[in-house]
Amino acid sequence: MFATAIIVFREVLEASIIIGIIAAATRNVAGSRRWLFAGLLAGLFGAGIIALFTEVIGALASGLGQEILNASVLGIAVLMLAWHNIWMSSHGAALAANARSAGYEIRDGRRACSVLFLIVGLAVLREGSETVLFIYGIAASEGGGRSSMMLGGMVGMLLGIATGYTIYAGLLRVSLRWFFSATSILVLMLAAGMASQAAHFLIQADLLPSLGAPLWDSSAMLPQNGLPGMLLHSLVGYDDRPAVMQLVFFVAVLLTITLGMKWAARPQRINTQS
Amino acid sequence: MKNILFITLLFPFAVLAADADYTLVLKDHRFSPSELIVPSGKKITLLIVNQDTTPEEFDSHALNREKMIAANGSIKLYIGPLDSGRYPFVGEFHEATAQGTIIAR
Repeated sequence: MFATAIIVFREVLEASIIIGIIAAATRNVAGSRRWLFAGLLAGLFGAGIIALFTEVIGALASGLGQEILNASVLGIAVLMLAWHNIWMSSHGAALAANARSAGYEIRDGRRACSVLFLIVGLAVLREGSETVLFIYGIAASEGGGRSSMMLGGMVGMLLGIATGYTIYAGLLRVSLRWFFSATSILVLMLAAGMASQAAHFLIQADLLPSLGAPLWDSSAMLPQNGLPGMLLHSLVGYDDRPAVMQLVFFVAVLLTITLGMKWAARPQRINTQS
Repeated sequence: MKNILFITLLFPFAVLAADADYTLVLKDHRFSPSELIVPSGKKITLLIVNQDTTPEEFDSHALNREKMIAANGSIKLYIGPLDSGRYPFVGEFHEATAQGTIIAR
């Protein structure tokens, strides 16, 4: 039961953390809750479909379908998080202060909401399909211990959701003065971490050179399958034996989004649209 | 998501086993061979065949690899070039029994 709980926890954790951060970051965007929920449902549905077609997807692209799918999903998520953060740095300050100009808020807000939908949907899709397969495996297995494993799965899922909720609730307690910086740094790190994970899948598929692996080995100090390692993996894409290329992706995305945010937040607001 | 599925569908199906250097078979949630000796300093291709009726996730932090294997399915995995040493791996969904080590020398 314990092992089952840990596996499900690990899978649920990442999606849960992403949803927690995004939900907090967009708390003042009109209609964001509905879109987050819709993204969650769509992601669960998509996860079921992916799980159903695991074998077909795995056999695609000379057996590299899984890596390409994962890298694509992560890549799109990085783009959406980047867009979100850049959009927030031009509008976020106004939104956080309960903006007066409701006009563009609704027009641009709708675009922001569809981005939320995608971010949440993709996060659930990616992590959810593995959870679905795992739980299906338990359900399909013979013999005793099945109900205790199911219970373990439930416990793991609840703990994962609780962690995401804790981050959400914690962020809401951050004072308005720091709130915007806190959430945008978290989203920035999420995006950079996901880029590093995308690179990991492309290296695994031999579509990208590793440029040397591992760059370091911190598995003795901070193992990736321990709780702090897991949390750091979800938050910033921590890898205890990363390839050089993963770090290249991490830094490139970090710099690109930071520059984009600086550009969007520049004082003269002639072109405020996205 | 539809777009991604569509894009991946554009890639042709291909024969998995053709170019694998080594094969691992998973049966009754155990890998055989449980120790696989491979040359160090060389990129190798590994074929993993799942003969169980449940899905599995091949997972190795040491190799920095993770990949789902469908029930009765198989996957191809590129690993290395590795330094000499031991690289443990597990089937994450049945970690108690599904264990093995790749030894590079």
